[in-house]
Amino acid sequence: MSLRTPLGRVLGAGSAHEGAHHWTAQRATAVALTLLTIWFVVSIVRLPLADHASVTAWIAHGANPVLLALLAIVASWHSQLGVQVVIEDYVHGRHAKIALLLASTFAHVLIAAVAVLALLRIALRSFG
Amino acid sequence: MRQRPLSPHATVYRFQYTMIGSFAHRVSGLALSAGLLVFVAWLAAAAGGWGSYAAAVALLSGPFAKGVLALWLLAFCYHFFNGIRHLAWDLVFGLEKREARRSYRMAIIATLALFAALAWLLFARGGATP
Repeated sequence: MSLRTPLGRVLGAGSAHEGAHHWTAQRATAVALTLLTIWFVVSIVRLPLADHASVTAWIAHGANPVLLALLAIVASWHSQLGVQVVIEDYVHGRHAKIALLLASTFAHVLIAAVAVLALLRIALRSFG
Repeated sequence: MRQRPLSPHATVYRFQYTMIGSFAHRVSGLALSAGLLVFVAWLAAAAGGWGSYAAAVALLSGPFAKGVLALWLLAFCYHFFNGIRHLAWDLVFGLEKREARRSYRMAIIATLALFAALAWLLFARGGATP
């Protein structure tokens, strides 16, 4: 016998009323990040990091700007999901919690946007 | 608002060392969130031209910055391997106490090995030469 109410079963969203979207997104971004970070780390250790010309040439080369944009976006997304859970767990005041969740989300979107803009500037300059 | 029980109840459990691993996953994750700022600053500095990039390199090669970057690298290595443990658990794999403890030790060893290798490649060798 199930303890769930008929309404709850129909809505299928669980007690949090939002389904498993957060959980699934955190795992999906985690899987993507294992692949992206392996690629990034292997690339970065072979790069002369202090040399601007070599670094920007590598960033603009081939599929690298796309992969770097994916890394920045997926990492920001995964980070946002993680920080959200930490705030929800440890910040108990209602207003403080909402304010922090908003600030964290804004900051993460901003980080991803700045990264994509920087990548576009570097990648497009290599054509000009 | 009604007073309801709040998570987490870290203090009601008997201590076991795998708890440190669980908590460290959060701490390292938060450290990496902060590190995301460095990653984006690195990209923005590169986009700004060689002048801003040189300034960023100068800022990041001080001993304090290097220490922070090393801690960040350690956080990355740990979060990477412990994250793989979490993904395995989500596939209902390795949840038994003995298995979880063994994978914890394996994750720690892998973390230290990768950290040592990357720290050597990035810091001791001074990065690849142009």
